[in-house]
Amino acid sequence: MNEDVMVGGHISRQYDEELDEIRSRVLQMGGLVETQMDKTLDALREDESDHIVDVEKLDRKVNKMEMLIDEECTQILAKRQPAAGDLRLIIATSKSVRDLERIGDEAERVAHMVRNAMDNQISKKAFKGLLSLGEQTKELLHKTLNVYARMETRKAVKLMRKDQEIDDEYSRVVLRLIEYMKKDPDNISDALDVMWAARSLERIGDHCINILENVIYLVEGEDVRHTGIKEIKRQLSNSD
Amino acid sequence: MLDTAKETYQTAGEPFLDEPKMRVRNADVFYADKQAIFDVNIDIGKNEVISMIGPSGCGKSTFLRCLNRMNDTIDICRVTGELFLEDQDIYDRSIDVVELRARVGMVFQKPNPFPKSIYENVAYGARIHGLTDTKVELDELIEKSLHRCGLWNEVKDRLEEPATGLSGGQQQRLCIARAIAVNPEVILMDEPCSALDPIATATVEELIHELSENFTICIVTHSMQQAARVSSRTAYFHLGKLIEVNDTSKVFTNPEHQLTEEYITGRIG
Ligand SMILES: Nc1ncnc2c1ncn2[C@@H]1O[C@H](COP(=O)(O)OP(=O)(O)OP(=O)(O)O)[C@@H](O)[C@H]1O
Ligand SMILES: [Mg+2]
Repeated sequence: MNEDVMVGGHISRQYDEELDEIRSRVLQMGGLVETQMDKTLDALREDESDHIVDVEKLDRKVNKMEMLIDEECTQILAKRQPAAGDLRLIIATSKSVRDLERIGDEAERVAHMVRNAMDNQISKKAFKGLLSLGEQTKELLHKTLNVYARMETRKAVKLMRKDQEIDDEYSRVVLRLIEYMKKDPDNISDALDVMWAARSLERIGDHCINILENVIYLVEGEDVRHTGIKEIKRQLSNSD
Repeated sequence: MLDTAKETYQTAGEPFLDEPKMRVRNADVFYADKQAIFDVNIDIGKNEVISMIGPSGCGKSTFLRCLNRMNDTIDICRVTGELFLEDQDIYDRSIDVVELRARVGMVFQKPNPFPKSIYENVAYGARIHGLTDTKVELDELIEKSLHRCGLWNEVKDRLEEPATGLSGGQQQRLCIARAIAVNPEVILMDEPCSALDPIATATVEELIHELSENFTICIVTHSMQQAARVSSRTAYFHLGKLIEVNDTSKVFTNPEHQLTEEYITGRIG
């Protein structure tokens, strides 16, 4: 736990509990989204559509969690009028759960593509090319959730670089798909499906970056959206 | 003067301004031999609303009272340091305290209208300071002051009735009208809304906002939300020390000092 973030210690112990609950629910929700991602990749790897049913079920849970956490944030805003770090926690949380929910949606989209591919006998070669992009994204998601749990801004900044790697991998996937389409116009429809799935994975990376930015805002009070990594590092080193 | 080395204290944030309305340097305040304010350094800007917040007993009222020498009325109270209203040393021997308090007016926690008519309450300061020559002028001044406080329509038909018959919120606005009738430059308010209901509080807060166009306002408040709503800068006091001064928006989203954070988030300091 970063020392800059104070959790607990309120005169109102009930308030402490409310904030604690929100934090642990976000982690719980993160866990669900991570499982969605795992199952999607399992489906992709194993050509096994059973996993996809799970992804859909999880998505409904994730949606419910988002609404629940949002409601809890609203209640705290109304009842406690949080300030400073508490206020930033609520704002960062409410933004992050939206990103988590979107990650869940994107994972589901990929899962549907995989099912589609299995049903329509899309060339395995075309969509197996997604695995490595999927693994990279999954790893970023996992680390992002750890950063959120421990509120580690330094790690957050480091992880933000991963976005570039994911973008690069995405470009490679797209290039391969273009080659594939060029070879035979009959491939176009399949390739586009895979392309959309790749796009979804790339988006998951973007949502992770948003969450990392939220953690930095929450801990440091600096809004680092639309700020280069170098500049972020400079700002953070100034603040300590 | 104390012969022991003076304790100094470094306030976090931005306590200083260009061309301040009031300038306080190295202010210490003692009640007999007990020190209540320790080396406070701050500028108060022209036409700004600045709020003073902090736990009970931290010295907010004591500090506020330094700014128009209200502390002079407390025998055991002693103020040292430099306190300037623009370029005038307000603790200079040549200062006429009555004059000073006309320039730096004050509104208290409990509405304290004099047991006189509404009219006389507002007229009081103007009479003392001889601000008007004729009854017509005085009438105008009173109407204008009551207008500014949003009270004119409520009281214009009962100006001769006792002020004590007004509601709490009306009484507080009357006290503000009384304070502004002498056309002060600075208005000090010590928890002006603590005895008012939310509607009356909102009315007074709106009034503070309007008055800030023409006056500099220092407000002590226990309501964090009130500080956040009405002031552009916030000063946080803790055990007689000025811990932090910053833009209100910064104080309430990302304060610099740990003690400020603990206080505004409701943690034990
Ligand atoms: N007239 C007085 N005589 C002696 N000590 C006093 C006097 N007035 C205030 N003090 C002391 O000075 C310190 C600061 O008091 P002050 O009233 O300025 O605090 P405050 O921040 O306004 O508190 P509150 O929020 O409760 O109004 C306290 O320790 C108080 O006991
Ligand atoms: Mg007080």
